[in-house]
Amino acid sequence: MTSMMTTPLAGYLLVAALLFAIGLGGALVRRNAILVLIGIELMLNAANLNFIAFWRYGPHPEALTGMMFAIFSIAVAAAEAAVGLGLVIAIYRHTNTTELDKIDRMKG
Amino acid sequence: MTPIFYLLAAVTLAGGLAAVLLKHLVHCALAVTVAFAGLALLFLQLDAQFAGFAQILVYIGAVAILIVFAILLTRGSDLPKDGVFSKTWFLGLVIAAGVFAVIGWAVLASVSAIPQQDAVPSVSVHDIGDALVGRYVLPLEILALLLTAATIGAVIVAMHEKERPR
Amino acid sequence: MIVTLGSASSFFVNPFFSNFDQIFVLLRNWLIGFLPTAMRPAAGAVLGVIAIVCVFPGLFALTTVFERKGLGRIQNRIGPNRVGPYGLFQPVADGIKSLTKEDIVPLSANAAVHFLAPLALVVTVFMGFAVLPMGRNMVLVDMDSGLLFFFAMGAATELSVFMAGWSSRNKYSLLGAMRAVAQMISYEVVLLLSSVAVVMITGSLSLPKIVAAQDQYTGIFPHWYIFTPWGLAGFLMYAIAATAETNRSPFDLPEGESELVAGYHTEYSGFKFALFFLGEYLAMFSISGLGTTLFLGGWSAPLSFLQFIPSWIWFFGKVMMSIFVFIWMRGTLPRLRQDQLMNFAWKFVLPFTLLNLLVTALWRFMGEGWQRWVVCTIILAATYIVMGRLGMRGEHFGRRSYRYAE
Repeated sequence: MTSMMTTPLAGYLLVAALLFAIGLGGALVRRNAILVLIGIELMLNAANLNFIAFWRYGPHPEALTGMMFAIFSIAVAAAEAAVGLGLVIAIYRHTNTTELDKIDRMKG
Repeated sequence: MTPIFYLLAAVTLAGGLAAVLLKHLVHCALAVTVAFAGLALLFLQLDAQFAGFAQILVYIGAVAILIVFAILLTRGSDLPKDGVFSKTWFLGLVIAAGVFAVIGWAVLASVSAIPQQDAVPSVSVHDIGDALVGRYVLPLEILALLLTAATIGAVIVAMHEKERPR
Repeated sequence: MIVTLGSASSFFVNPFFSNFDQIFVLLRNWLIGFLPTAMRPAAGAVLGVIAIVCVFPGLFALTTVFERKGLGRIQNRIGPNRVGPYGLFQPVADGIKSLTKEDIVPLSANAAVHFLAPLALVVTVFMGFAVLPMGRNMVLVDMDSGLLFFFAMGAATELSVFMAGWSSRNKYSLLGAMRAVAQMISYEVVLLLSSVAVVMITGSLSLPKIVAAQDQYTGIFPHWYIFTPWGLAGFLMYAIAATAETNRSPFDLPEGESELVAGYHTEYSGFKFALFFLGEYLAMFSISGLGTTLFLGGWSAPLSFLQFIPSWIWFFGKVMMSIFVFIWMRGTLPRLRQDQLMNFAWKFVLPFTLLNLLVTALWRFMGEGWQRWVVCTIILAATYIVMGRLGMRGEHFGRRSYRYAE
């Protein structure tokens, strides 16, 4: 087997895939709502890495498509983190817990 | 692939793993900050300086601090009695592994089909500015509306309710 | 090696003075000339880093003496005067003291985070110096997005403040850290927006280009941005935000000695405390350096016939003037309460900075002439007066009353 069976682009894509899987696993496995949000942020970051890697190694990097996607994604992720954490704080005030297992009733 | 890439990838993945596996929430928040920093350095390695510095400024300078504030405001320091992993943790692990297996197979199987150009793209901030108000002006304006709505929404959601008469 | 002269040509910048101006660049070029060509860029960068790491902590040592003597004089006392002539060797004594003190770490503290917090602070603050142009051709890294890099490093320092406060397992530290972080993120927005006005006019995020745009003279007067209406307003907002970012008086509630013991660095002793101290003063230098680059013309001389004085003397002179103003404010103004501070940021400074952006755009598109001066000045002054009056409407100042201790 030759040593260079993967190109640099494939290397970055594999790192992004692994980070995405870690984020997904974290969001599915942990009980605390804030850790689910951390997992979601990791997934978004992995997607950003994918975009930038494709922008760098793909054709027509002067069109800046990948970079623009990543920049907009960073901005939207920050807004989403703010709203999500505000929701977690509001739920904590109401039910005095952040564990997702305990928030299983529709009645407030 | 250079040693720097392996080092940065290792740092990022270690940070991500620590963030989802550690017990104490604040340690998780600090570990995810390390992951963000590793990602910013990976962006710099990919010659995307603007995205890398924006990542540091937004994620480490704002999102990490948000997460930390939320942990402190929701008494994250108290560890739950039943453990930090949910009862169905094995299924979650299997799903995550499955997702990684599928994506990894897709990447490795299409290595030859991925177009590759190794020349360093010369992108200046001027070009990014031109693109933002030229080709991408609609997403920019929608983003402004979205951020305004998100800010107002977050404030309203997290505001103290008025005392209800009992 | 070709020595390039600055953009402004003047009768007074002849080759003799330009050598003195470029003396550090020539010194660096001579030193790396001894090395093989492949190693030269790396060696040049290393020499630049060594210079920054030696100069700015040296200035920090000098500033601690000046601060204590300056505060002493403002408070009608002398300040330290025992160590060396007029107390000038006090930093040596302070350094020896902090190096030899016992390093106490609380038992329940989170040891790893407690150790890393001062390191993270000092490293990120030092990184900010890499993009400041300290003289003609004297910037360590000429990045296309230098200003963004600087603000990214500033944002990263906030997390180290939180790390310090939380890892000490001390309620006062945590409270101080939360207050400091809330204050820093509020004023970070103001800092960024007031710099955006400068970027709009210059058209570039690169700091050497911003200085080059201000290095021009009409007659003998310079084109510094502070001499324009929007530049003056922007500079004032920037100065307020800079004072709040570095937790200096009157915004030093997070570390006020009479309030919170010592805030987030209560549990630090010995060398780690010295590192926090160093980090705070270096942040002051760094932000003053950016302020002079953006608004005060960086390394350019104030009058066109003064260009024979080397550019780096002008840069460091302006930075030390800003430090003097910081010390002056500390000795004179009372401390702001936390809610007063946050109200001030979000209800006055931020709207005014947004208006400043609008006025800057108006300035740019009105074209040359006296009209834009008049219009911009009127808009900014009227808004300032109206907002100030509105903000003070709820204040009722009654007769001053005294109550004496029995």
